[in-house]
Amino acid sequence: MRKTIKQLTAIALLSTIPCVYGCKEFLDIDPLYTQDSENFFLTPVDYDRALTGAYDLLQGSFINLWLGEIPSDNAIAGGESVNDSEGLHEIENMSHDAVNNELRNVFRWNYSGITRVNYLLENKDNIDFEGKDNIVAEANFLRAYYYFQLVKYFGDVPLVVDKRLGADEVTEVERTPKAEVYAQIESDLTAAANVLDWTSTTKGRVTKGGALALLGKVYLYQEKFDLAASTLDKVINEGPYGLIDDYNDLFSVVNEGHSEVVFDIQFSGAEGGGYDCFICLEGNAAVGFQGIRQYNGPVYGDGNSYNLPTQDLYDAFDATDVRRDATVLDIDAFIAKQTNPGDIVYAEGGGGHTGYYNNKYIKRQGEIGLPDNDLTSPVNLVVVRYADVLLMAAEAHVRSTTPNEGLAKTYLKEVTDRVNMPEITSGGTQLVEDIWNERRLELSMEGHRFFDLVRTGQAATEITGFVTGKHEFFPIPQVEIDLAGGNWTQNPNY
Amino acid sequence: MLKRILPSAVLLSFSIFTLAQSGTVSGTVKDTAGQAVIGAAVVVKGINNGRITNEKGGFSLSVADLKNTILVASYSGYSDQEIKVNGRTTLSIVLRENSQGLNEVMVVGYGTSTKKEFTGANSKVIGEDLEKLNIPRFDQALQGAVAGVNISTNSGSPGGSASIRIRGLSTFGDNDPLILVDGVVFDSEGLNSLNPNDIASVNVLKDATAGIYGVRAANGVILIETKKGRRNTKPTISLSSYVGTQSTSKKLDLLNATEYAVLKNEMFANGGDATPFNNTNLGEGTNWQDEVFQSAMMQSHNVTISGGSEKTTYSIGGSHFVQDGIVGGEKANFTRINARVNLSTEMSKRLKLNSVFLYTKEGRKSLPENGIGSVLYNTINAFPTESIRTPDGNYSYLEEVSDIINPIAQMENTHNMTNVNKFVGKEEIAYEITENLTFTNRLSYNFALVDGKSFSPLVWFGPGKAQNSAINAELDPSTVEIAPGTLIDRGASVWEQRATYSDLNYESYVNHKITIKDIHRIKTTAGVSIFSRNGQAVGGTAYNIPNNSIDFADISANLAPGGYLNNTSSFQFQERLLSTFIRGEYGYGSKYNGSFILRRDGSSKFGPNNRYGIFPTVSGSWVISEEDYYDIDRVKFLKLRMSYGISGNDQIANFAYRGLLNGEGVYVFDDVITQGVAIGRASNPDLKWETTRQFNIGTDFKFLHRFDVTMNYFIKNTRDLLFQPEVSAVLGTYGPGSYPPIINAGDVSNKGFEVEIGYSTKRRKTWNLSTGINATFIKNEVIETPEGVDFLPGAAFGVGGAIATRFEKGYAIGYFIGYETDGVFQSQEEIDNSPVVQEGAEPGDLKYKDINGDGKISFSDDTDKKQIGSPIPKVTLGYNIKANYKGLDLSGNLFASLGQKIVRNYERQQPYANQLTYNIDRWTASTPSDEYHRLTTDLNRNTVFSDFFVENGSFLRLRNIQLGYTFNPLLLKKAKIKSARLYVSANNLLTITKYQGFDPDIGSSGGTLASGIDYGFYPQARTIMTGLSIKF
Repeated sequence: MRKTIKQLTAIALLSTIPCVYGCKEFLDIDPLYTQDSENFFLTPVDYDRALTGAYDLLQGSFINLWLGEIPSDNAIAGGESVNDSEGLHEIENMSHDAVNNELRNVFRWNYSGITRVNYLLENKDNIDFEGKDNIVAEANFLRAYYYFQLVKYFGDVPLVVDKRLGADEVTEVERTPKAEVYAQIESDLTAAANVLDWTSTTKGRVTKGGALALLGKVYLYQEKFDLAASTLDKVINEGPYGLIDDYNDLFSVVNEGHSEVVFDIQFSGAEGGGYDCFICLEGNAAVGFQGIRQYNGPVYGDGNSYNLPTQDLYDAFDATDVRRDATVLDIDAFIAKQTNPGDIVYAEGGGGHTGYYNNKYIKRQGEIGLPDNDLTSPVNLVVVRYADVLLMAAEAHVRSTTPNEGLAKTYLKEVTDRVNMPEITSGGTQLVEDIWNERRLELSMEGHRFFDLVRTGQAATEITGFVTGKHEFFPIPQVEIDLAGGNWTQNPNY
Repeated sequence: MLKRILPSAVLLSFSIFTLAQSGTVSGTVKDTAGQAVIGAAVVVKGINNGRITNEKGGFSLSVADLKNTILVASYSGYSDQEIKVNGRTTLSIVLRENSQGLNEVMVVGYGTSTKKEFTGANSKVIGEDLEKLNIPRFDQALQGAVAGVNISTNSGSPGGSASIRIRGLSTFGDNDPLILVDGVVFDSEGLNSLNPNDIASVNVLKDATAGIYGVRAANGVILIETKKGRRNTKPTISLSSYVGTQSTSKKLDLLNATEYAVLKNEMFANGGDATPFNNTNLGEGTNWQDEVFQSAMMQSHNVTISGGSEKTTYSIGGSHFVQDGIVGGEKANFTRINARVNLSTEMSKRLKLNSVFLYTKEGRKSLPENGIGSVLYNTINAFPTESIRTPDGNYSYLEEVSDIINPIAQMENTHNMTNVNKFVGKEEIAYEITENLTFTNRLSYNFALVDGKSFSPLVWFGPGKAQNSAINAELDPSTVEIAPGTLIDRGASVWEQRATYSDLNYESYVNHKITIKDIHRIKTTAGVSIFSRNGQAVGGTAYNIPNNSIDFADISANLAPGGYLNNTSSFQFQERLLSTFIRGEYGYGSKYNGSFILRRDGSSKFGPNNRYGIFPTVSGSWVISEEDYYDIDRVKFLKLRMSYGISGNDQIANFAYRGLLNGEGVYVFDDVITQGVAIGRASNPDLKWETTRQFNIGTDFKFLHRFDVTMNYFIKNTRDLLFQPEVSAVLGTYGPGSYPPIINAGDVSNKGFEVEIGYSTKRRKTWNLSTGINATFIKNEVIETPEGVDFLPGAAFGVGGAIATRFEKGYAIGYFIGYETDGVFQSQEEIDNSPVVQEGAEPGDLKYKDINGDGKISFSDDTDKKQIGSPIPKVTLGYNIKANYKGLDLSGNLFASLGQKIVRNYERQQPYANQLTYNIDRWTASTPSDEYHRLTTDLNRNTVFSDFFVENGSFLRLRNIQLGYTFNPLLLKKAKIKSARLYVSANNLLTITKYQGFDPDIGSSGGTLASGIDYGFYPQARTIMTGLSIKF
């Protein structure tokens, strides 16, 4: 037995030999060539890189082209079949509910953007350096932009500022009343506008004009017309913007950054991508998706026939208005005009066909990106252009507590003159309606229509199936309510 | 103990040190049936001098001491016999079969056991049975061979992998078992490098006794031993070769040109569109499947030399395997060359070396498969009215369908290659401190160099095809702006990557055994294991390869000005494990055995809070048949086993416990893609391993002398599942390259019953038969999902379609969720009178059931969806038989998998896509159908995911049948050939199934929740082979 004890002791000793030295440290390894998120913001470059990361989520706004038009009287969903992006078809029919992938993307992507901004701003006092103010100002703008998206789509949304939430905190977060969210947006945009210059040396960075124009829009959405008017006047009077001559040139890659662009989201065709992650793309996914299905012919490339303009929109234009054909492509008429129409083919998608395509954002030859072409267009998405500023300012002045119809008409004239259409001469409520109509003619298929109809109270009359008191806001994705602990109340009537 | 050692020691010293009469002993070795045992070893005990019996079972050897020498006769499958010579010069030795391997030694992890003593649930397969299947990968050969192990093929293409699932799916993420080849860790993807011919045995540890492997044992452990030599045997050279031809086991029933034209005309007319075909009398048209499937060769050649001297044994082998694909031929080719050395030697009386070295070179070419855009997906959807080539000799464009391209052109223009050079080995030194105490140290390594290359020529598949890399049929390249105003061509491109992976594992342990008073057996094992894994890769894509030719497909040949567009990338990772373990085993006589295991693992995957885990297991067995009072004659051997224990799983991404800035923060400034930074995966400092608690009760018994039965019932509960759940968007983890944290949440349960029955005849002179059947019943259920999460969505159906699979409480993992159909609407009247409103329905449309009873079918939410099937089989069955009559032998292997469902997801819903022939039975007003809906180009809801697309996936397959002839050894003697066998063999000769797709034996091409979704699965080939094996 003594021998056994000896042997067992030997076992115990031998088995520990390899671990006498350095055992604990052995498992303490660091990842290679990457930085830890809690040990960052040590150099100015760190701030700059984090800001670029916060800009990245802007690219998810391609979806506004669909969700701003398809629910309205301007467009239908289209696509390969009614199951192809089912959520868009439901929104087209006003049958959408709280299970909807597209709406969930809006919710997720904008909060991801907000979180990246908050990550930067919670560390804004780490170090001081020249140029930090600009970085912080741009970050403020981005947060305002993302929150404005959310509040426009969903109304009350949880407001998280300058911090990141932990998984256990999220169940305690409430939906913040939209007035408070708007207050934060206004404060962020004001802060940004106070710091930023009218121009930036880097194409793609937001400027003072971008911040003020968005602020003006935010005021308009809240019907704070006086503030909207004064803010937008500043953009018009002090900003370096002007309408370009040819309406047809507004959305081509070669003209990018023209004088009418107040703020646009940048895209590139130099990097490929896949269908499994739209937010990972560096190209504009909407453009290829809105291309002509199986098209083989001149001028255009082919695409997936999404977001197709309606007859109603086509008919809204005067036949002599250049904006009609610049906005809506009548595909059969276009083919018939070519020299060899018999050789040109395209297909009708199973998700619907109107005979019309979105001619503003459409895949054109020479503007294709790396494979897959349907996903990666270099065409920038214009968020605010000067014509929109003029129309918003006009509306704000007409609807303000001290209406200034004269100034409004000056602004309107600039817009109608450019396309050789008659001046708007009406007054009073008719003038307001004429401005709204002009917005449709000028800005259709750019992702504004649905939100304009809701904002101006015209949705119920213009949209079949629109239920007042319900469809003004999209439903909060049910799964988001569940994931946040189930305490949020759904938007009314969903 | 001393009592036992003393007599032999005394004898030994006598035989050596006393003057003794020397002489020659000769004799024969026979079995109990009187049959000569050929190749048995007869050795002088203690000095290991010996001979191998000849073809008559005879031997002759000289001994130094005719009186006291003890001879030991041994042969695989028989109990060793010791015979004291006692002065005799002729001996007749009878070997007894060791009762079905009851005393056969098996490796069970840092030690050995016997079937009789082992307290756990395991299944063993001998190499010979795997070899017979002539299958390129060992895991495929395991299908149907043992209970509790389900193998499903992820792809039938050469070099394609399989999913190995031991006792069901227990986690959301990685369900692969731990695989050890001679103690060296292998990934299931790495199994391609293993030649099934080299395997001596496979032992599957299924229950908690696998817990000796701790944090990586939750999915079970597979121990593979490669072939070893035998002591005191002359070198035996074995040659084996087979050649075979493969063909597809099935083609789909698709419309021919005439049927297609008739149906499409009707479809367009119903949609109010112009009919596309004026003439529908178009004959058969193009059968794309006939053009895509081909017969393909497969061949394998092996050579092994094995043997041993007094102190050394060796087995050295080499092999060459080549397989072409039934789709793509050489374009889907797999080759493997490997060399293996397995050596063990006694360096001194107490010091023993075991050395294993394996080198493998693999080459694999592959085509797109198992997805939208795969060659077979295109083949199924290409329409028969289009010829393969146009009259001018170009490939046709299939213009009327989008995204579907000419599959023949696709194969011709696809060039994907992967080359792997792999070095695997182990050096193990065992030192016998005392006779009862051994100290083992071993270092093992697994090093792989993986070179990938993919060439994309400029190609034009037709207008509007997403796969085009040129901008027109003239193959002009597109241009890219790399800086403002600087445009360069984007021509043919090549992507290359070199990755290196290396595992190093040092293990050190002691084994101690002692027997007290002849009845208490105590075995102790204790040790440590240190494991590290590293990987790194660098790669790039170069454009503008000269001449659009594969001949120049190398980054160095890039013609782009300034070397632009060489998109480079790299990655690197490291992970480590540090473990200590102890096992105590106690045996009382031959009746009772108990075992206790404790392992402590530290894993670098987890943060300092939860780095270490402790995994205990207890098990015991009772051999009832050894009890004095036991007197059941018909059941000679009866054992009860029970085990309970905890094992772990750490198979998640590295450093998930901390937040790293490895997300994607990329934006375009000044028209240039600019890299920023973003948090990747959100951190979870409290992350820990998931644990599996498994209870097993089982029995092994032997009745009527020749039936061997093993039964097990198990309950396996996995807790704290490691996975990436959906989290609230407010946390902001859904940006590019960002992910929700990995958390521990959710429980999964697997309950099951397994039975294995083996039967073999007594060994006879003229004929023998052995046969086995096994069955596995498993019920898989998700018990709990994380708080606030009702379900986790899985794979999508169709193009841009709804989620079709879920991980949801109360259901099996990955069950199918969709609408339930209730026949077809026969008339407008029926629609109008229906109590349920189905928006947009017209006569001939599928009628859906109103699951939530609100009087309408909701297409915009999930309220009317329900469970419409599960990809997990209810029962799997394996049956195998081996018989021989004189020189002839016949073997066969059947496998059945019952109760699982498959989603038919390879029908592209486009007006011009070809369709399966069931559409001929479509609903029309004049030929109503209650099963198949109308055809129309109109908007309709017939293509939403419903049980219409879910099929019964049950099947029975004759996996292998083989007929062989072994030549009479006497005839071969002159040619100095020991044995020779010639055979013909067929794999997958017959499959009985109702499933319409190519192959019902489908695994998953995209993770656990994509199981059972068929995108046009690359089927396993039907192979007819002939082979020869010779031993010298």
